[in-house]
Amino acid sequence: MAKRIDVSGLSAYYGSTKAIEDISMTVEPRSVTAFIGPSGCGKSTFLRTLNRMHEVIPGARVEGKVMLDDENLYGSAVDPVAVRRTVGMVFQRPNPFPTMSIFDNVAAGLRLAGVKKKSVLEGVVEKSLKGANLWNEVKDRLNKPGAGLSGGQQQRLCIARAIAVEPQVLLMDEPCSALDPISTLAIEDLIGELKSQFTIVIVTHNMQQAARVSDRTAFFNLAGVGQPGKLVELDDTQRIFSNPSVQATEDYISGRFG
Amino acid sequence: MTSSPPAESEGRVRRSRSDSRRGDSIFFNLSRGSGILLLVIMAAIAGFLAYRSWLAISKDQANFLTTFEWTPDAAKPVFGIAVLAFGTVVSAVIAMAIAVPVAIGIALFISHYAPRRIAQPFAYLVDLLAAVPSIVYGLWGALFLVPHMAGLTAWMDQYLGWTFVFKQTQLGVTPRNLFTVGVLLAIMILPIITAVTREVFRQVPRAHEEAALALGATRWEMIRTAVLPFGRPGIISASMLGLGRALGETIAVATVLSTSSVLSLHVLDLGGGTFAQNIALKFGEAMPFGRDALMASGLVLFVITLLVNGAARLIIARRKEYSGANA
Repeated sequence: MAKRIDVSGLSAYYGSTKAIEDISMTVEPRSVTAFIGPSGCGKSTFLRTLNRMHEVIPGARVEGKVMLDDENLYGSAVDPVAVRRTVGMVFQRPNPFPTMSIFDNVAAGLRLAGVKKKSVLEGVVEKSLKGANLWNEVKDRLNKPGAGLSGGQQQRLCIARAIAVEPQVLLMDEPCSALDPISTLAIEDLIGELKSQFTIVIVTHNMQQAARVSDRTAFFNLAGVGQPGKLVELDDTQRIFSNPSVQATEDYISGRFG
Repeated sequence: MTSSPPAESEGRVRRSRSDSRRGDSIFFNLSRGSGILLLVIMAAIAGFLAYRSWLAISKDQANFLTTFEWTPDAAKPVFGIAVLAFGTVVSAVIAMAIAVPVAIGIALFISHYAPRRIAQPFAYLVDLLAAVPSIVYGLWGALFLVPHMAGLTAWMDQYLGWTFVFKQTQLGVTPRNLFTVGVLLAIMILPIITAVTREVFRQVPRAHEEAALALGATRWEMIRTAVLPFGRPGIISASMLGLGRALGETIAVATVLSTSSVLSLHVLDLGGGTFAQNIALKFGEAMPFGRDALMASGLVLFVITLLVNGAARLIIARRKEYSGANA
């Protein structure tokens, strides 16, 4: 598992508004890459172009190339549904299906893929919940509703749901911004464990979090209101936070703006 | 700024009750009053129906529940609701079987498939259907639908006759039967079911739809995983509203159905009756005792409606913790 992402010349639009412009970057397999930057700089939009979730918004479109190893996700023969099975996603607010039990939530992706055998589902659900560090907390109430869990547990349930289909890449859009510090810590620990299996890209507003969990950090910025967001620089996290090569990055991480 | 607080009350937590809470108490009493009024009206209707029904049923010379005939004003009053109950329930079931799937389809089309500039006018059109008076539906049913149902009736008899229910035992009769009534009722209850389910489908949080899409769901799979389960209580409530209208529809049924006191289990056979239609047709010429008898049939309809609604509430409550209301 885990593939390399290679983006070149990517721009994304909402209708006629250009949200991000000409982004190129490489994300190494089995690493954690953090996207930081001020609000509205397009980091979430960029993240969503990596599994073709951007285009589910009416009027949204993408130009450029996203290579997953040697396959262009925006190739004409590529089915966006298949892309999303390969590139999983965890959202800002925990969004377990409220009408489903904990078990059914984790099994949802497999059922969509056509897996019906109960023994297979049970095995994957246990493995995924263990992988998301949630098994011990929920193993006695797998058929209780997922919406009854705490916020942090719900987010780990969503991570379990995402990894159950064994994606190559896991995208996380501010996964801790709705959580308390202890739940945040649990998710951060989990990210550290998951990177041995998955390529992980995480958007975060919390720079300490980026410094803690990521190997590489990308800083996004926009020239002004109404201007498209751009990638300013991508480098080793340690370097970004100690000695960035662009002045704007240093200004941002030292809190001078943003 | 209309007034400034008096100097002496500055910084004090206590305020005089009389002026600050008046609005609260007015609205509390208004809303409580409305609630009580509803109970009083329900009790008055139930009590009135029960009393008049008892007057009639106690003098019925036949079994009220199993008798087919309706001749309360004869020298020896004989009347029963068997034909009416059967006709009411069967026509409503046919209407629901047709209307609910179609309504869900239309609602999904408006909320999730159609481009916005088509969805809006289309939704308006459906709402407009609900504004057509039932007598217009009745006239359309009698003058257009009935003549045009003959072909379908013959086809169903030929290919579905083996089901017994769709067997036609009389030949060459006009399709003024329970099935045609069911089709007409389906058209009449379609807009209300569509309107309510459409609104429910629109309430489905974007986050749940995106969760499904991000797992690799196609549009239909997203609807099946996120939209339909979330909308389930709403679909049930909407169906109950439609069913209520189907059970109680009077004038359209009276215009289309050919009245008879024969209970035929074949829904394509001529005739039948429903509670509301029977009351509408017989009330004008009924003697006082006959009117009481009609009230008794009305009471049965009232009870059937209550039971159906109660069952629906139970179904919704049973899965309350999965409703998504706490998400």
